[in-house]
Amino acid sequence: MTAIPSTHRSRRRRHVRRFGTTDKLVLALMVGLPSLVVAVFVLLPALGSVLLSFTDWDGIGVNTIKFIGIQNYVEIFTNYPAFWPAVEHNLIWLGFFVLIPTPFGILLAYLLDKKIRFSRVYQTAIFLPMVISLAVVGFIWEIIYDPDNGLLNDLFGTNKQGHYIDWLGNPHLNLWAALVAASWRHVGYIMILYLAGLKGFDSTLREAAQIDGANEWQAFTRVTFPALKPINIIVLVITTIESLRAFDIVYVLGGNNGTKPGMELLSLLITNNILGESSHIGYGSALAVVLLVVSLAGIITFLVQNFRKEARP
Amino acid sequence: MSTTRIQPPGVAAPARPADPAPRNRRRVRPARIGLHAFLVVTAVVWLIPLLWAVYTSLRSYSDTAAHGYLSLAHGLGLDNYQQAWTQSGMIKYFINSTLVTVPAVLLTLLFASAVAFYVSRFNFRFNVVLLMVFTGANLLPAQVIITPLYHLYLLLPLPDVMSDSDLMYNSYWGLIAIHVAYQTGFCTFVLSNYMRTIPHELTEAALVDGAPVWRQFWQIILPLCRPAFAALATLESIWIYNDFFWAIVLISTGDKRPITSAMANLRGAFFTNPNLIAAGALMTAIPTLVIYFVLQRQFVSGLTLGTNKG
Amino acid sequence: MPAHARRYPSPTRVAAMMSDRRTLLKGMLGVAGLALTPELLAACGSSGGGSSASTVTFGCNGSDAVPKAAFAAMTSAFGKSSGETVKTNTVDHDTFQNNITSYLQGTPDDVFTWFAGYRMQFFAGKGLAHEIDDVWNQIGGNFTDAIKALAKGTDGHYYLVPLYNYPWAVFYRKSLFAAKGYQVPTNWDGFLALAGQMKKDGLIPFSLGYGQGDSWAPLGTFDFINLRINGYDFHKSLMGGKESWTDARVKDVFTHWSQLVPFYQQGAAGRKWQDAAQSLINKETGMYVLGSFVSQQFTNAADLADLDFFLFPEINPVYGTESIEAPTDGLMMCARPKNESGSAKFLEFVGSAQAENDYLNIDTSELAVNKLADTSKYSDLRKKCVQAIAQAKNVTQFADRDSDPGFISNVVEPAVSTWLGAPATTDSVLNQIQSQKSQYFQS
Repeated sequence: MTAIPSTHRSRRRRHVRRFGTTDKLVLALMVGLPSLVVAVFVLLPALGSVLLSFTDWDGIGVNTIKFIGIQNYVEIFTNYPAFWPAVEHNLIWLGFFVLIPTPFGILLAYLLDKKIRFSRVYQTAIFLPMVISLAVVGFIWEIIYDPDNGLLNDLFGTNKQGHYIDWLGNPHLNLWAALVAASWRHVGYIMILYLAGLKGFDSTLREAAQIDGANEWQAFTRVTFPALKPINIIVLVITTIESLRAFDIVYVLGGNNGTKPGMELLSLLITNNILGESSHIGYGSALAVVLLVVSLAGIITFLVQNFRKEARP
Repeated sequence: MSTTRIQPPGVAAPARPADPAPRNRRRVRPARIGLHAFLVVTAVVWLIPLLWAVYTSLRSYSDTAAHGYLSLAHGLGLDNYQQAWTQSGMIKYFINSTLVTVPAVLLTLLFASAVAFYVSRFNFRFNVVLLMVFTGANLLPAQVIITPLYHLYLLLPLPDVMSDSDLMYNSYWGLIAIHVAYQTGFCTFVLSNYMRTIPHELTEAALVDGAPVWRQFWQIILPLCRPAFAALATLESIWIYNDFFWAIVLISTGDKRPITSAMANLRGAFFTNPNLIAAGALMTAIPTLVIYFVLQRQFVSGLTLGTNKG
Repeated sequence: MPAHARRYPSPTRVAAMMSDRRTLLKGMLGVAGLALTPELLAACGSSGGGSSASTVTFGCNGSDAVPKAAFAAMTSAFGKSSGETVKTNTVDHDTFQNNITSYLQGTPDDVFTWFAGYRMQFFAGKGLAHEIDDVWNQIGGNFTDAIKALAKGTDGHYYLVPLYNYPWAVFYRKSLFAAKGYQVPTNWDGFLALAGQMKKDGLIPFSLGYGQGDSWAPLGTFDFINLRINGYDFHKSLMGGKESWTDARVKDVFTHWSQLVPFYQQGAAGRKWQDAAQSLINKETGMYVLGSFVSQQFTNAADLADLDFFLFPEINPVYGTESIEAPTDGLMMCARPKNESGSAKFLEFVGSAQAENDYLNIDTSELAVNKLADTSKYSDLRKKCVQAIAQAKNVTQFADRDSDPGFISNVVEPAVSTWLGAPATTDSVLNQIQSQKSQYFQS
């Protein structure tokens, strides 16, 4: 045992050898059961979607599944008017989230971490939108964006013929309207995550930097922010994933019946094709695979970044 | 061992919540006032949409019909709440949501802590892979798995005492299962980070005493993870309670749907009186608000997301 | 032991925590157990009922207050007369519709609400519905041949018992027309002239709202213009996927339609149909092309008495106003009902005049399809609606019922929404529809 180089891991490795049969069984169960559940209910269906994406199927009866190769993908990339706008909107969503609500949430977290009075009150106010359901969030923004009786058009007097601002109908506006509503939630989420990260950060480091003559901005960018690299990665990945799978708010605000021009998103197209009345499972699955591949790129980047240290022997 | 570690391992978040030492004891300066002004404005802006809904919900339909929504109320009251409550049979949907959310959150935490215990305490070769698989599964978009999942649920039988459909489909068990499968990843990730901060000496002492693995887990590690459990219970309750996607597809009986999926039902029942819908919608948010306020203290301190790796 | 570990409890305190923890966990499990009990009880109760021969389960999309009450009146009347119990499963209208495929393949109720037309025939053809010829042997005499035709699948068997229908038309307020001296137009030019006059008078000529889930709403106008210009046969053929959307005849429809666009209420893409109806009630708008369900929004009796309609005006004299849209809703039996004889009895009852009366006494926005139903208590508006349908040579069901619903909601509705915002883009919009059509109509 002492022959093993004395790294911090050698200590742990010793435990392994002491396991009795019961311990091994318990450990197998502890890991096996959750793994089984995840494999059966998440990974297996995901694999199923990949297979279905090469078929033509209306979802009725297993014997009607027809293998058609990559035809669904060809159709999607070349002949689906809603597809490229959806990709574009997802990218806009991502860009907007990365540039506005995410940094704003980080800023709030940084300010609220300063041991100020009423910190919890501020936190609560800003986190509140995360607590309520999207169905409710959707409704709240409906009564703000409504063309006739909405708060905004009432305030601006833009609810008369010739002066309408159609927040949810105008294809140049409605995505941004949805983004504002989504950001309203996202800021609180990022703020809380970042606060949790900052709690583990030793503020004497920053203070030391400030004593050395760095101003607050420099202290943040040169000390705090780099020191929080792991949490930064998490925040970035969550922002990416949330942007790619953005769904609920647009589903509620745009209606669940086809897509609204200007508000096409990949997740909505999948839902329309898979869950609609006449379902196109193969086609919808191919869309899902496109989303899956793009998401996986984000997920893998995150996982590699996050676990690289540990993967080293 | 890591350039990002900025404090000794183990002295981290678990013990921090009550940390009373003010880090910046400074006199009130203009900067501080400016900071508060900024935060107050932000908080108010954030609350406006919500307050607008509350204001609408407290007004009678005839009032807003006569004077418009942007007007001073001629009398506020809880009539809409009362009507929404009685007219919709909301209690039934609250019960449904509880039946799904409570077991799902508890099971998720149990599963996640078991896996996290394993990956944080024992360095088997594939622990990183395991953690990757779990976390990755949580990040997949729900639409990607819904069709095969639906067909899978039609194939999985349940005993009659567990579900009147005799299937995973259209049963609470099905909803609980997918929530657990989906959420375990995130919780595993947070908990494994948290458990890393617990010194190994503690479990080692137990090992010397010959305590079996499950006792280390159940009686030493789990109790120490209480703040993380509080934080995750808050987040997971909010997520699971608020989800409406799974139930729309996997539950075909309207009366078995959780409250968020039943919102459409309620909206139909309320016809098109936005004041009444506002009241009903806000009521559905009460349980998560209560959970948040009750567990708020542990909320931030219990989330350990990666800075405290030991 | 390193210093930093001292923050953790000593082994003795760990032991104390263990027992602490045990009670806590016991408590948690207790809560979980408690939470699960009601479900088990509920499950037992309902499964006992479900398998019993005296219960018919009924999946119902009538989630709004009025239809819900109307269905309840009808099912309880059946319960009294037959001794069977109907257990109703109400799901909101949109969700029921969107989920129909998974619903019918999952654990469907014995009897369920659905729509006549292509939509019914599609699921009947897929073997997800049970033929009900025996039921029709009993109730056949209560219905006209036109209605009977709506109840049949493409294989000639009956699959649906129709319950009610409602016409689409141009709705307006009598008092507004009287005050301004407007006349009901009889042809397209008159229609445009009337709209122009309204605009001059400071009115918005047409209510319009297709926001949120209501993107189907403008299609009524499309259907009518197509029926008026190109006739019933072409319309059915176009909807059935047998014609090209880039055909000059379809372009002509959009050309006519574009003449109406300047007269539409603005902000329509974000407005729900109910709010557009509200503008008609408030006399801000002059006319509204919609189904007679618009009357549901007229909650004030005086306003309702003031509501009237005229048929969508003639464009091509060859076809006049011979066709009308009158979507028909009814009930069907699922492929493998648990209680087949009870379901048949229930459907037979639904086909009786009594069931129609029970339903329509409460839901007064719909019309009976049963010849023997009591229409004596109908308002003038409803009588006029019945007459309009009876006089029509052809009855259509509405775009999303006469065609593949996925084609309509995923292709046509987004295209039409785009077009309404930019009517100059007719050609590219029609090309778009045409290029995607083949995915939905294979044959």
